[in-house]
Amino acid sequence: MDFTLNDIQQMLKDSASKFIQNDYDFERRQHFVKTEMGFNPDNWSLFAELGWLALPFQEAYGGLDGNLVDLIVLQTELGKGLVTEPFLSSVVLGGNVIQRHANEQQKVLLLEPLICGKLKLAFAGVESHCPLDITQICTKAEIVSDGYILTGNKSVVLGASIADKIVVAARTGGDFGSENGLSLFLVDPQQKGVRMRGYVNNDGGRAADIELDNVHVTTTNLLGEENTAFEAIEMVYNDAIVAVAAEAVGLMEKLLNATVEFTKTRSQFDQTISKFQVLQHRMADMFIECEQAKSMLYYGVIAVAKGGDEADRAAALLKIKVGSSGRLVGQTAVQLHGGMGVSDELDVGHFFKRLTMINTLFGSHDEHLDWLVKQ
Amino acid sequence: MNIDFSESELSFQKEVQDFFANDLPYGVVHCIENNLRVGRDDQIAYQQALNSKGWAGINWPKEHGGTGWTATQKYIFYTEAAKAKAPRIVPFGLSMVAPIIYTFGNKEQQQRFLPDILSSKIWWCQGYSEPNAGSDLASLKTKAVRDGDEYIVNGVKTWTTLAHLADWIFCLVRTNDSGRKQQGISFLLIDMKTPGISVKPIITLDGRREVNEVFFEDVRVPANNIIGTEGEGWTYAKILLTHERTNIAGVALSKQRLASLHELLEEPPQGMVDLRQNKVFMARVVQTEIELKALEYTELRVLSSVSTGNAPGPESSILKIKGTEVQQMIDELYLEVAGIYALPFVPEQYEQSDVESIGPHFAANTAPHYYNNRKVTIFGGTNEIQKNIIAKQVLGL
Repeated sequence: MDFTLNDIQQMLKDSASKFIQNDYDFERRQHFVKTEMGFNPDNWSLFAELGWLALPFQEAYGGLDGNLVDLIVLQTELGKGLVTEPFLSSVVLGGNVIQRHANEQQKVLLLEPLICGKLKLAFAGVESHCPLDITQICTKAEIVSDGYILTGNKSVVLGASIADKIVVAARTGGDFGSENGLSLFLVDPQQKGVRMRGYVNNDGGRAADIELDNVHVTTTNLLGEENTAFEAIEMVYNDAIVAVAAEAVGLMEKLLNATVEFTKTRSQFDQTISKFQVLQHRMADMFIECEQAKSMLYYGVIAVAKGGDEADRAAALLKIKVGSSGRLVGQTAVQLHGGMGVSDELDVGHFFKRLTMINTLFGSHDEHLDWLVKQ
Repeated sequence: MNIDFSESELSFQKEVQDFFANDLPYGVVHCIENNLRVGRDDQIAYQQALNSKGWAGINWPKEHGGTGWTATQKYIFYTEAAKAKAPRIVPFGLSMVAPIIYTFGNKEQQQRFLPDILSSKIWWCQGYSEPNAGSDLASLKTKAVRDGDEYIVNGVKTWTTLAHLADWIFCLVRTNDSGRKQQGISFLLIDMKTPGISVKPIITLDGRREVNEVFFEDVRVPANNIIGTEGEGWTYAKILLTHERTNIAGVALSKQRLASLHELLEEPPQGMVDLRQNKVFMARVVQTEIELKALEYTELRVLSSVSTGNAPGPESSILKIKGTEVQQMIDELYLEVAGIYALPFVPEQYEQSDVESIGPHFAANTAPHYYNNRKVTIFGGTNEIQKNIIAKQVLGL
């Protein structure tokens, strides 16, 4: 048993941490968020140069063949920087679903430019009425002589408004609710019939609602085999849960440290407020939750990487723990900062905002808990 | 023990219901119907409509133009107002500075200020907190030095809600440095147009400007703007705080928000999860309702003790603590109902009526409101400070 990072992981952690320190202070982050794209394209090129965009992909397509543990090392550090570059949407979701389901030729065609930073992807999978269950999606692909006609709505597709291509999950066969009959398509946002309504998210990221109104897709843009995408999609969402859990752990650590430091400098009643036992206990609780969430992350990353039956359950357990810990750590950090905690000027509020939004992504605390209870 | 309304209370209830059904200004109705935020002009129109009914000074005694209502009548009013989704009354003039003026101010001050507060002609803000005086408010440093018929004021106030829209500010200022820090604090009314005052916005987590920093640089204030005796301001402010517990818990508003939440659950907006199937979530809804019901009865107990002539005791701190906790629990329920549509930041959706909605209309305000409303356990004396009060004054620890 060994929970230490290997040399390569340590290097990855150091380089990500150095990047945040040197190039991604909070002021700059806020500047990037306010630009039209919501991130800095130069950083994206740098991510490519540093090999981060290649991390989870196989060597055959120019990747680094990294595993899920490598991914959480990077994601935790990106969390600490409150990074808005579309790593989650483009790599963890878009690239991942390509790697897991597309055919060889498609992988070569798409992953190589993705890894070089020249192509950004987004993944339109689950829909707002079925955050946990891909089999309930309503988007349909009708088979026609020269391809498919896509119709449906995809809500809050992360990174869609800044993506070059969107991977869309749709039903091509099987009954509503059945695992069989789900397919993936590559859609160009500029295509006829695609209506994209983009917006800024409450955490500074970008997303869009996509309406597909009789969108014609050629057979070459069917990714992988027809009707068989269920398993790949499930695995991608499990990976995504692990990735945002790692990010959340980074956010929680930052909030804990910021709060401890703040209470040591803020004076009221002629002493620093860190001397008040009631606040000390609150911070001790934050610490406990950070560590428990981190332990759960380690359990989750191992179980999800192994796959099989336990993977789905482990992902749910992890998402629940991160939801409850994140809530306590985020809310306490804001409370102990007083008015400063709810001001836009201080980074603490922005960490809290992102942490809150992570709970709504890929199924909330309550949704996963309800699912587990019903299993 | 009896909580039934009397005949006369029932007819009062009918009168209040009629007012909210028929007499609200058009702009306010428009905002309510479209779930939009109420702006300053509509807010004023609403308060003026109350005033023409004689209902602006809810807590005020009759002699100063108030309603003279009993505790039960106030309870009925707040309940009906919440049911009608009427805006909250902006408290700074009508329920914060006015009681100080009619209790401790002189005749001239009462005649000068109270009518304009009742008619919402003059908009007030509260100058209490300072960058280094929050929980420890008595350590405030904004100085007022007497110079002939004037005070010269220097210092900074912060977290000043609506200062950018206010005509006047009521301030706690230091007029004396010696002795205990609670002594030497005075209660001073200052015209915001006085030279030397500048207001700097503080943007909150919902991206809006609601609070401000207010800077005072050699601001000359007529000495007769001081309330009561110089150096007694702390006592006035404290007395006000223990008397101002009506509606602080926001019970009526919380009840209304839970009722609206149930409407959303009964008929989930198109494309949304049917959360009634989610027992984990539904248990959370019920727990929130239990807390609120208990709080409602705690508030009724406090109100009824006040109406039988007893002063509300320090146990009224419960109202602030539980009231704000319940509000935040409800914020979290809404966040859950919004589902993935809590994510988009689309403020135009709750500011204008003619925008094509992203997801269900209500969802747009759930996250911004959740973020912003973390303030309620912080302002007005943090909940930690409220618990100190309970420990010291109620439990004698």
